[in-house]
Amino acid sequence: MSDSHSPEAKAYWKENIRIVLSLLAIWFSVSFGMAIVFADALDNIRFFGFKLGFWMAQQGSIYCFVILIFVYVYKMNKLDHKYGVDEDSDDLADNETPPKK
Amino acid sequence: MNVQTLTFIFVGFTFAVYIGIAIWSRAGNTDDFYVAGGGVPPLANGMATAADWMSAASFISMAGIISFVGRDGAVYLMGWTGGYVLLALLLAPYLRKFGKYTVPDFVGDRYYSNVARLVAVVCVLFVSFTYVAGQMRGVGIVFSRFLEVDITTGVMIGMGIVFFYAVLGGMKGITYTQVAQFCVLIFAFLVPAIFISMMMTGNPVPQLGFGSTLTDGSNIYVLDKLDQLSQDLGFEAYTAGNKSTIDVFFITAALMVGTAGLPHVIVRFFTVPKVRDARVSAGYALVFIAILYTTAPALASFARVNLINTVNNAEYKTTPAWFKNWENTNLIAWVDKNQDGKIQYTAGKAFRGKPQFLEERGLKGERKISNSSTNNHNELYIDRDIMVLANPEIAGLPNWVIALVAAGGLAAALSTAAGLLLVISTSISHDLLKKMFMPNISDKQELLFARLAAAFAIIIAGYFGIYPPGFVAQVVAFAFGLAASSFFPIILMGIFSKRMNKEGAVAGMITGLTFTASYIVYFKFINPVANTAESWWFGISPEGIGTLGMIFNFMIASLICRFTAPPPQAIKDMVDDIRIPRGAAGSYHH
Repeated sequence: MSDSHSPEAKAYWKENIRIVLSLLAIWFSVSFGMAIVFADALDNIRFFGFKLGFWMAQQGSIYCFVILIFVYVYKMNKLDHKYGVDEDSDDLADNETPPKK
Repeated sequence: MNVQTLTFIFVGFTFAVYIGIAIWSRAGNTDDFYVAGGGVPPLANGMATAADWMSAASFISMAGIISFVGRDGAVYLMGWTGGYVLLALLLAPYLRKFGKYTVPDFVGDRYYSNVARLVAVVCVLFVSFTYVAGQMRGVGIVFSRFLEVDITTGVMIGMGIVFFYAVLGGMKGITYTQVAQFCVLIFAFLVPAIFISMMMTGNPVPQLGFGSTLTDGSNIYVLDKLDQLSQDLGFEAYTAGNKSTIDVFFITAALMVGTAGLPHVIVRFFTVPKVRDARVSAGYALVFIAILYTTAPALASFARVNLINTVNNAEYKTTPAWFKNWENTNLIAWVDKNQDGKIQYTAGKAFRGKPQFLEERGLKGERKISNSSTNNHNELYIDRDIMVLANPEIAGLPNWVIALVAAGGLAAALSTAAGLLLVISTSISHDLLKKMFMPNISDKQELLFARLAAAFAIIIAGYFGIYPPGFVAQVVAFAFGLAASSFFPIILMGIFSKRMNKEGAVAGMITGLTFTASYIVYFKFINPVANTAESWWFGISPEGIGTLGMIFNFMIASLICRFTAPPPQAIKDMVDDIRIPRGAAGSYHH
């Protein structure tokens, strides 16, 4: 497929939205949930030398953000491949891409 | 060797490297100048994005602020990293597929309107100038403290270097210089942090040392010690927050969304070859940023413990050299309220306002100030900005580490300044001249205008660095608030809603901007006395109001677009096209 109006394109977009929304739900719950709204409750739990809420706010949430982006990259590459919209099957793109360093 | 000689060697060497890279990567046409020819490998783009993003504020000021506010510092840590998740998942891949040069390009084309384009250009210029003034100031501070040249000369040298590689190399020169600057700044940030973590906790990883016990024999955890020290001196416990939960929520959201909407960050994703590369380079960028952002809170807590232990109840006469050096650069002040010759450091302000130094010296040799003093027991004023720079000296680290930190601070300031200057010059030459006022100029002429605009922008930025307007700190809230309430919603709707039209976008953008700007202007400039939690709407501070502005933008835009004509078919086709990765390299502008 290649036509951006086709039913496959619609299905691709739907799956894409689902991936994005589920990852954003995690993004929201680790940062705004665990590190802000419920931070005081989590502070009652000790995590090494930290209160857990404090650790989530100053360390843990950042690690989660990094992981989320790489999960997204992995899932999207798989999705692109499944629907044949990845750039490897795009001859034009490959020819025009400057060589990697 | 003394600190000054070492600093000259380190700074001189790094500057030589930056210039060498600039000569090697000159820009030949506008494509090179604006987006580095679209051929930057994702890993390099990740480093360049990280250097672009981590400014003098991240390198010099952030750990210092956290050190003084403790828990609440998390708004910056999460706000300035969480935005990358939004950027990677919602904006970067689609903007790369769209494949043009600037944010106003996208806004103008997607909403088929030059009004929208113009509003976007004005926001870009405002946000970028606000930011760049702060960078030049950072350059000035480093030069004046470590190389003992005056701030004006320091800023001029900084301007000269940026001028050379931004004007000559454009985005291509900037990108590869930023890669080098990232390496310098991260190394300079980590080395002292590792040293201090080793000294205080015996653990070489600051992120872990932060949660370990002290090796001073007391065997208590760093953070528990810090809570105890803070409370003894009358401060809030370090791990307890002062801000209300709703305010923390809104500030974090405004910083995250603002980060995702900042033009100098977005434009970096136009420089990679493919959509897939845009996604993964956002991931690399966040890894590189996270290295500094997870080290900063550790460094902040170590620095706080060290500072309290070093200065509280110390005789002024026997304080270490760094104390007097920073006093001489106006960033530390001491008033001996009880005349005992010792420094008492407790909660509260030692005197009203910023220190106004007099020519004369006091009894113990301290610099006298003319401020009216307060009736608490605190005698010490410390500018938060000096914590990172002074930290190696406070901890007594070797001279080469101190010199390294100076070079790192300069790398952070220069890399961000260059990225911003490029955005400014592109906005002028491409968005204003080529797209609106002089559509017939050739590529060569456009490139010339881009270079002239970059040169012009450097001069203005330098002027603000030498004569900093008092409002720089205030307007940073502005930059994020405006980006959050204007760019982020309309770009997001431009990609995810085919129904969103010109009328909705313009109305949404104007609502968000007007609301956010009036709230900030009212509390920061018109009625600063009322800037307290009681008079804020729902307890939201001006720093966090961009979030509410963004929500209004979304609501008004969705409402207006229901009652007005849908966008033309060609626009809907364009949206369909940017949603699919395939074909990005052969995109419109080639």
